[in-house]
Amino acid sequence: MSDLAPKALIPVPRGPVPEAPPPRKRAMMELKIDGQTVSVPEGSTILDAAKKLGIDTPTLCFLDTLTPVNVCRVCVVELEGSRTLVPACSRKAEPGMSIKTDSERVRLSRRLVLEFLASSVDVSTAPQFPGYLKRYAADPERFGAKTETVKQPVKVDNDLYVRDYSKCILCYKCVEACGVDAQNTFAIAVAGRGFAAHISTEFDTPLTDSACVYCGNCIGVCPTGALMFKSEYEMRQAGTWDESRQTQADTICPYCGVGCDLTVHQQDGKIVKITSPLDHSVTHGNLCIKGRFGYRFVEVEAKPKK
Amino acid sequence: MDIHFTADQPSVEEKAAVDQELGSPETSWDGGRRDVQSDGRVSFGGHDAGSHRHKLLPTLHAVQARIGWISPGAINYISLRLGLPPAEVYGVASFYHLFSLAERPPVVAHVCEDIACMTRGSEEICSKLESTLGPAGKACMVGKAAWLRSPCLGLCERAPAAMVSTSGKSPRERVLAPATAEGVEQLLRDGVDGRLPVEPDELSVKASVPQAASPNLVLLRRVGKASGTSLDEYRKTSGYEALRKAIEMGAEAVVREVIDSKLLGRGGAAFPTGKKWEALMNQRKQGRPHYVICNADESEPGTFKDRVVMEGDPFAVLEGMTIAAVATGAQKGYIYLRGEYPFAAERLTHAIHAARKAGLLGEDILGRGLRFDIELRRGAGAYICGEETALFNSIEGYRGEPRNKPPFPTVAGLFRQPTSVNNVETLVNVPEIIRMGGAAYAKIGAGNSAGYRLWCVCGHVARPGVYETPFGGTLRELIQMAGGVAGNGRLQAVLLGGAAGAFVAPKELDVPLTFEGTRAIGATLGSGVVMLFDDSVDLRKILLRIAQFFRDETCGQCVPCRVGVVRQQETLERLVARKPLGTAGTEVRMLREMGQAMRDASICGLGQTASSALESALNRWSLFS
Repeated sequence: MSDLAPKALIPVPRGPVPEAPPPRKRAMMELKIDGQTVSVPEGSTILDAAKKLGIDTPTLCFLDTLTPVNVCRVCVVELEGSRTLVPACSRKAEPGMSIKTDSERVRLSRRLVLEFLASSVDVSTAPQFPGYLKRYAADPERFGAKTETVKQPVKVDNDLYVRDYSKCILCYKCVEACGVDAQNTFAIAVAGRGFAAHISTEFDTPLTDSACVYCGNCIGVCPTGALMFKSEYEMRQAGTWDESRQTQADTICPYCGVGCDLTVHQQDGKIVKITSPLDHSVTHGNLCIKGRFGYRFVEVEAKPKK
Repeated sequence: MDIHFTADQPSVEEKAAVDQELGSPETSWDGGRRDVQSDGRVSFGGHDAGSHRHKLLPTLHAVQARIGWISPGAINYISLRLGLPPAEVYGVASFYHLFSLAERPPVVAHVCEDIACMTRGSEEICSKLESTLGPAGKACMVGKAAWLRSPCLGLCERAPAAMVSTSGKSPRERVLAPATAEGVEQLLRDGVDGRLPVEPDELSVKASVPQAASPNLVLLRRVGKASGTSLDEYRKTSGYEALRKAIEMGAEAVVREVIDSKLLGRGGAAFPTGKKWEALMNQRKQGRPHYVICNADESEPGTFKDRVVMEGDPFAVLEGMTIAAVATGAQKGYIYLRGEYPFAAERLTHAIHAARKAGLLGEDILGRGLRFDIELRRGAGAYICGEETALFNSIEGYRGEPRNKPPFPTVAGLFRQPTSVNNVETLVNVPEIIRMGGAAYAKIGAGNSAGYRLWCVCGHVARPGVYETPFGGTLRELIQMAGGVAGNGRLQAVLLGGAAGAFVAPKELDVPLTFEGTRAIGATLGSGVVMLFDDSVDLRKILLRIAQFFRDETCGQCVPCRVGVVRQQETLERLVARKPLGTAGTEVRMLREMGQAMRDASICGLGQTASSALESALNRWSLFS
């Protein structure tokens, strides 16, 4: 070794591994929801507090892993002293708040929001809708048959997933997942304005020309089935999709060393889609193109070695 | 961030337009010529890479003005220059009505079809243009021009109104009011032939400020005088006396005077101005930048007072903002001006330059160590951007979608810093308050409605225009001051506060025009609109137009508003066509339910007031039985 070469000085930690400092104790605060007092740590939302009391608050655009955008307004609650209703998903709890989650006003707004959505969007594959519509006695048909909707042809421009914006309630979740909340790819954004606002690539260019990396994290967060595995879409078209015949199994992604948790959905011995649990510490529901779509090799029968 | 671009390339012209706005690119990394030597020795990252987004709106304006539309290649180049994903740039550009994302003729006429112009024959103009030039939005004059229907252009005192813009190396804008179909055609032809005058408009004091000669005017006393363009003239009429005094008094005393004056915001929400300023003043020690914003996005149909003030007395706006800077500790101010006000833009730009040159803006104002500068930002056709949090997003280069409150702007506003947003009229009251003292100002007016107010009197009235009165007079007195009811002379209704306001009936004319007085009869002063309708007007048509306005102008973010305004308009259409689902009664009940949901559950004031004019009419008249 020449004298000029720098000495390889890689510091090797000695002694005990330092421990992370204990999490800062968050002050607790008390508020009243539907007459019951509940105590939550500061920084909690009204939704958190309601959950603690076992109150089931409907949500559509909210997801634990994403920044709340509070646009669907189905979670609104009545806060004493506030002129308008407030969104439970994003409004921070404050000491002394007094909240009603099932008052006449709350029920009316929630019902109207559900009627507005179900009368303008195809909610046939949105799992929460039937329950919500029933709970609030919503009647989307009362606006008549000639109402404007977001109906449009389904976009099938790649082999992995389809985009059916007739089913889009514009919850912004896919944009968040594609952007700073997960993937940082920014292939899609909200474009247009008003009732014509929609999720779009630049100039509605096909996904294959866009920045999309096919991680499918947008599918993972879509609450209505507007974004869907092509395999699921095709089976639904053929009438063979049957969740009662499906099983789910959790496994670890075989590709790299990150250790993502996969939930493999299979029907009739074939993999039909792959998801990841939202509460998994590694993925938070997110995967990459390989983990989410690269499963076909499982179906190829191994050829005997010659 | 690794930005992906489509294959579309910008044209030479498009590049030039962007570079003129942003300066030439330094390296091939941000769109310049490739230089092997320098390119490998630069790095764009960290804060610098993400700090240009606020230049997006002016850059889109630059391309629109030069080329006439914004192409995929231009979007790619803008994205490259600003380090933004093209999908987001497209999302922002497609938010604004004045930007076109499809190829469009270079000369475009925007013809107002809103309620004030409806009372003065805009429908006839549009149908005439349809027969001579073809349908709205279609190219005419051998593909060189087109005409579009437009929401309120803020020229209601001279209704009907139109605005023509031409794109190119020296883009021109020109307003026409009162307009005729022949006049619009002529302007389009002038635009095609390159004969549009440089000056966008001239201020016609006679037409806009009927009180002009009155010696009692305070806020309007300079409008129409040379002080609109000359700083010396402005100073001769006690201009900048108040700023000098404010600097001597210091922040605490200025805030105290404004609180004592009981000045309430004149944009529509009527929040105490002093309280806003106090909140910012109290945060000065935190060391965060503070901002003051003059909200000049006057887009409420029927409102034009701010335009007249900015065109006629621009220095007063600057002085008011600079006093706000003294009080709040802000070093940067923005005027967010609606895109449809080319003449106000010109006057304000001129005034800002003159003030900077005279040391009244900049590093060391009046030699007293005060640092404050003002940037003019032009909107691009979006009513919603007058909502203060949408306005922040618009300046920052995002879609003009309102934010949820809290946090309130005084805590986390523009760039998430403490911000005070004040209306133009509010700000021009400030120098008067400082000159006469808060307590003296509070004595003017009536009760908690202190001081002077500007009224936008329009529609079927003999002398439409901006009127100034101290608070306290009645609606009847104001109408008399404006020469009484015009049209056929038989008053049917008055719309107070614009599309987001409320109708009142002729029997309510004795309502005092104060915040309390109007509230007591379920109305609002809003932005000061007083629009008269004679009994030849079909009010249902006016309601339909208001519903259409909200349908066109909702940002689309939250469900109650995005879908609610559409269902409201559809229901109203069925009622007007006398084809209700079920009975008219069930439809009206449905309208009221939708109104309540929009009022209760929408994010911002647009959705919360989208049904208020309609409901006020339902409360007063049985229009659909």
